[in-house]
Amino acid sequence: MSGFTPHTQAEITSMLEFLSLSSLDELYDSIPQALLLSRSLNLPEGRSEVEVIEEFEDLAARNSPVSKELLCFAGGGAYDHDLYAATKALGSRSEFVTAYTPYQPEVAQGVLQALFEYQTMVSRLSGLAITNASLYDGSSALVEAINLACARTKRSRVIISEGVNPSWREVAATFSSGPGHQLELAHLDSSGCTIWPANTSEVAAFVVAYPNFLGLIEEISAARQLASAAGALLIVAYDPIATSLLKSPGALGADVAVAEGQPLGIPLSFGGPYLGLFSTTLELVRYLPGRLVGETLDTRGNRAYVTTLRAREQDIRREKASSNVCTNQTLMAIWAAIQLSWLGTSGYREIGLKCLSGRAYLTDSLKRRGVGEVRLGRGSFREFPLTIEKSPSQVVEDMASRGFLAGVALEGRLAISNFDSSLLIAVTEKRTKSQIDSFVDALVEVLK
Amino acid sequence: MTPAIAPAGGKASSIPMMGGTPEPTIFDLSVAGRRCGTLRDTGIEIIDPASQLPPEYLRDAPLELAEVSERDLVGHYTRLTHRQFSVDLGFYPLGSCTMKYNPKLADQVAAIPGIANVHPLAPVSLIQGWLEICCTLEDYLTEITGMAAATLAPAAGAQGELTGLLIMEAYHRSKGNSKTKVLIPDSAHGTNPASVTLAGYRAVTVPSNSRGLVDVEALAGFVDEEVAGIMLTNPNTVGLFEAEIAEIAALIHSVDGLLYYDGATLNAIVGVARPGDMGFDIVHSNLHKTFATPHGGGGPGSGPVAVAAHLAKFLPGPYPVRTENGFDVAYPEASIGRVHSFFGNAVVYARALAFMKALGGDGLAMMSRLAVLNANYLKAKIAPYYPAAYETTCMHEFVVTVAKIKKDSGVRALDIAKALLDEGFHAPTVYFPLIVEEALMIEPTETESRQTLDAFAESLIEIAMRTEDSDAAASMHDAPSKTPASRVDEARAARHLVTSVDARN
Repeated sequence: MSGFTPHTQAEITSMLEFLSLSSLDELYDSIPQALLLSRSLNLPEGRSEVEVIEEFEDLAARNSPVSKELLCFAGGGAYDHDLYAATKALGSRSEFVTAYTPYQPEVAQGVLQALFEYQTMVSRLSGLAITNASLYDGSSALVEAINLACARTKRSRVIISEGVNPSWREVAATFSSGPGHQLELAHLDSSGCTIWPANTSEVAAFVVAYPNFLGLIEEISAARQLASAAGALLIVAYDPIATSLLKSPGALGADVAVAEGQPLGIPLSFGGPYLGLFSTTLELVRYLPGRLVGETLDTRGNRAYVTTLRAREQDIRREKASSNVCTNQTLMAIWAAIQLSWLGTSGYREIGLKCLSGRAYLTDSLKRRGVGEVRLGRGSFREFPLTIEKSPSQVVEDMASRGFLAGVALEGRLAISNFDSSLLIAVTEKRTKSQIDSFVDALVEVLK
Repeated sequence: MTPAIAPAGGKASSIPMMGGTPEPTIFDLSVAGRRCGTLRDTGIEIIDPASQLPPEYLRDAPLELAEVSERDLVGHYTRLTHRQFSVDLGFYPLGSCTMKYNPKLADQVAAIPGIANVHPLAPVSLIQGWLEICCTLEDYLTEITGMAAATLAPAAGAQGELTGLLIMEAYHRSKGNSKTKVLIPDSAHGTNPASVTLAGYRAVTVPSNSRGLVDVEALAGFVDEEVAGIMLTNPNTVGLFEAEIAEIAALIHSVDGLLYYDGATLNAIVGVARPGDMGFDIVHSNLHKTFATPHGGGGPGSGPVAVAAHLAKFLPGPYPVRTENGFDVAYPEASIGRVHSFFGNAVVYARALAFMKALGGDGLAMMSRLAVLNANYLKAKIAPYYPAAYETTCMHEFVVTVAKIKKDSGVRALDIAKALLDEGFHAPTVYFPLIVEEALMIEPTETESRQTLDAFAESLIEIAMRTEDSDAAASMHDAPSKTPASRVDEARAARHLVTSVDARN
């Protein structure tokens, strides 16, 4: 790809002359000869951009994106919601896309203000006063929440509900080994509610999902009472679409609320880049991981924004920092803020109502047709487990050939106790009545 | 006579930014009852939430968001972009951040529906193209770094560091080694010691010598059986190549320690030298630096980790693999576990692969050579006014000290950074690395033309000359004045903490 670097041969020559060098290789005289790569990289030759794009179109053709040809009923932490044209257009503006971390606030007011507004929106969703400028994804937000709770309580025992996304639990286990946190799993009962242990001494945090990985509502107040009695923090993993209808985690007593922000206008993207939402109380702000944008004034007395409480962060606290987060997902946070602003108060509520109504239409229909066992526990928002007699992963394959991404098979690493042989099915506001009808027809056939 | 060639965008490439009046927040623009548009008609009757959900969990009132028309929404965010510097707008010589131009072809790749709209939990038969992208990028990264295998899952450099350190820990555990500490030079990025602590090790700081390099003799004094490894970036953060890296590697390996390569500075040496050939065992790359993926105002990044053959079995899962029947997903036998909800920042690494395919092996090697040429050229241009902290040939970035300017005029590195903003340039990194007094860390990258470098050097020199006049020097404490905000009161933000509209008094 010529043109990526602007140098003409004549310029290279004269710049080398200016440095009293005769070749580019001499720039590397400080590298011992034995360490220099004595050959070219064993990589294909460069190509024109149109050829590269075509190559990726060919690769993309070997994927099956969600579309009218593959109607998406899969969730499991990644949801097929509508994305509005303005979100895409504004979120793709290169001033947002090609900026760096706002280290010079005088020329970064655009990103800083967009983040300040994002923090406001996510604080309203979570019901907690302090929201950071984003983390990598839902799982990394959970890891940071656990680290926060252990740092705050000076304890290491964490009780985590099986209703928390199994992949997030795996990530939490990976990153708990270093600090030495003890993660204990509290299983779900057959109605999808967590069975908390009787012994809760020395617990740093209880982690519960709302709705949980199965899409079901659990008794958050029970977890809150346990946490208060044990002197532990309550970490709630919530769904930022469900909060359109449901009370916020903060209103239910969460000390830390974490979420996967992908449903707020971020394309499925094969799992990333997504958006980790992280909120906590003002009392815990000194333990907050990641960047935080604050409002202030400039020397002219105008309102201005800047990253604040920087002394918490790794570049200042170094080995004493409780988080190593530096790069986050700012651009995705801006997308989410734009999407939420496009929706506004009424649109946000309507999304919730449409998800819920679509899910209810589907589950009523499945019950009426006697398809599997629909399990709604104490209530489901837009996702639910369907227990079936056939292998769920086989059903997913069979449904794919009929044009449906039918759900997520609760098998292997995604298995949940008491929910063997189940398919996790999600309905967003994108699914119409006729699409749901044909989905049910196909499922009836496949399960025959 | 040929006319002089103008630097790109004129001298002050940020002048299109509109200053003066702050933009109200989106909430300030809100009028009850306004909206941007309607949602799709699903044909399904809306039901009462209380019929489906426990009533005690239902919201009492709708959650309040901004209520604006789409025209006002677009106006608001567009005006915000006019208050934001970016690579597309101008020169961004932010040391250690590699703010190179991000070719637009990657935007088009990222937008292909078969890339953008794929569900990460779809069965492997439906994601063969994505898995091939993963495996191909792993091949590119292992060839470039001289390693045997790679994981793409870490979402950013810091997560890559922690992943790499957990691989280090798993290695020692598998061998029954009892290790307690990781060595880190005093010039290291802050993420390094923070990651070490989170991996359960103690960070031990090793002092640099007067040439800005790891002092091998001093290092020997730190190396004992408890050393799990060392984290280095090479070239290091002052922009110098650690020429004694082979000796360092031998020393660390002698106690069965591992060498971790922080890829923050990989842009200097692609196709020139490889961490694997230097003796490194674990390498992370910052795709948003070296491989030109846009940084999004602070993220997303992507921090793949490549490892030597004997460490491959510890890589995180799920792990895309080639099989006789196409591509599949597996977990390495002694995997440290999962590090991301799904497969990492996938679209970011698709962008990086598109960039690498466009440049090809030779183009990537030329990329690094020209990054080093630009850095040395700029360093020499400004040397009479901005002495380099270390005199030798630098790699892709360099550090100057303005300690003398500060002593003579009271003008600090921060003031010079702010003065540069008024000239239309982004400022270099300031006060890093910590071992250099009044440091400006400058990384021009390979994508800037000689004309831009000349214009930047001219502005820097003009600023240095201004400090010689006491009135002009005094006024520099008030810079910048042409930017969307004048100097921002950071102390006030911390003292009166307002982090959301609802926290305003």
